Amino acid sequence: MTIDAKNAGDRIAHHKLDYLLRQGDNALILSQQLSQLCGKGPALEEDMALTNVALDLLGQTRMWYAYAAELEGLGRSEDDLAFLRDAGAMRCCLLVEQPNGNYADTMMRQFFFDTWHYFLMQALVTSNDPRLAEIAEKSLKEVTYHLRRSGDLVVRLGDGSADSHARAQAAADALWMYGGEMFVYDAVDCALVDLGAAPAAAPLRAAFLEHVADIFAEATLAMPAADAWMQGGGKNGVHSEHLGFILAEMQFLQRAYPGARW
Amino acid sequence: MSKEWPLWEVFIRSQHGLAHKHVGSLHAPDAEMALNNARDVYTRRNEGVSIWVVRAADIVASSPLDKGMLFEPANSKVYRHPTFFPMPEEVKNL
Repeated sequence: MTIDAKNAGDRIAHHKLDYLLRQGDNALILSQQLSQLCGKGPALEEDMALTNVALDLLGQTRMWYAYAAELEGLGRSEDDLAFLRDAGAMRCCLLVEQPNGNYADTMMRQFFFDTWHYFLMQALVTSNDPRLAEIAEKSLKEVTYHLRRSGDLVVRLGDGSADSHARAQAAADALWMYGGEMFVYDAVDCALVDLGAAPAAAPLRAAFLEHVADIFAEATLAMPAADAWMQGGGKNGVHSEHLGFILAEMQFLQRAYPGARW
Repeated sequence: MSKEWPLWEVFIRSQHGLAHKHVGSLHAPDAEMALNNARDVYTRRNEGVSIWVVRAADIVASSPLDKGMLFEPANSKVYRHPTFFPMPEEVKNL
């Protein structure tokens, strides 16, 4: 193999590693956020549902990290990836690190995430990378339910009381600018598209917008403009101030007592 | 109107069972959410293949006070059990 070919191969492997970390970090941070609501849900049934989603996402995190660690080949474990990387090394999108807020904020964040997540997993099932396809297939069943549930709750909140409608609309307006980053492809995303391992941005975004429009129409919510300015940076490690606090709580034990187990 | 969500009774058909079995109850504002909630609260450990939810208020129950009148007369009528018929050897699984 020529040096150029080897460098290109390394670069692709590096991009794939980044791509896996993005998926894993999204799932991990959202899982951590939902876990913080354990015992605080508005009703016992909602509380358990949130915790179930958190556990689903944590399970998915493990699959992404296991593959990433293997690809990286540095002997890092799933736990190392979760607990020993600081904010700058985290690749999650800005959406998942937004605060839990009120229940409309939590569910709107979930709905935007689930919609994107669902269409991405659906497309990744046919990835030509068998490991990616396998993870997507396993996740898709869980994500399908997540989306059904969060969409249902957005409709209930939007088409509920005047108060719930106002809160749902405010949540949608505030979170919308974090719902575009996933569709702005950089070198990492494009490398995977070129490999045939990941879907292109345009059809994903079209499916996302169409589903959000459907649910918002049913929820009597005004959909923010599709061409609104969108925040970005999370997937390259440039995060909002919230992520540091999330990591501080999540990583404290391993940082203070390295290697602690129970 | 009560601010509490109405109560629903949950029935799950397990992997190997033929009939739906009562597993508990939950609160939900309507049937669709009752089904979602039942899934989230009662099928976390791979319990079932099908869920029924019924509004608790729609169940008509016999009164515990009528227990004597309703059920005790059957106590003395053992001949109603089919255990007195000799079964041919060839018949299995009965």
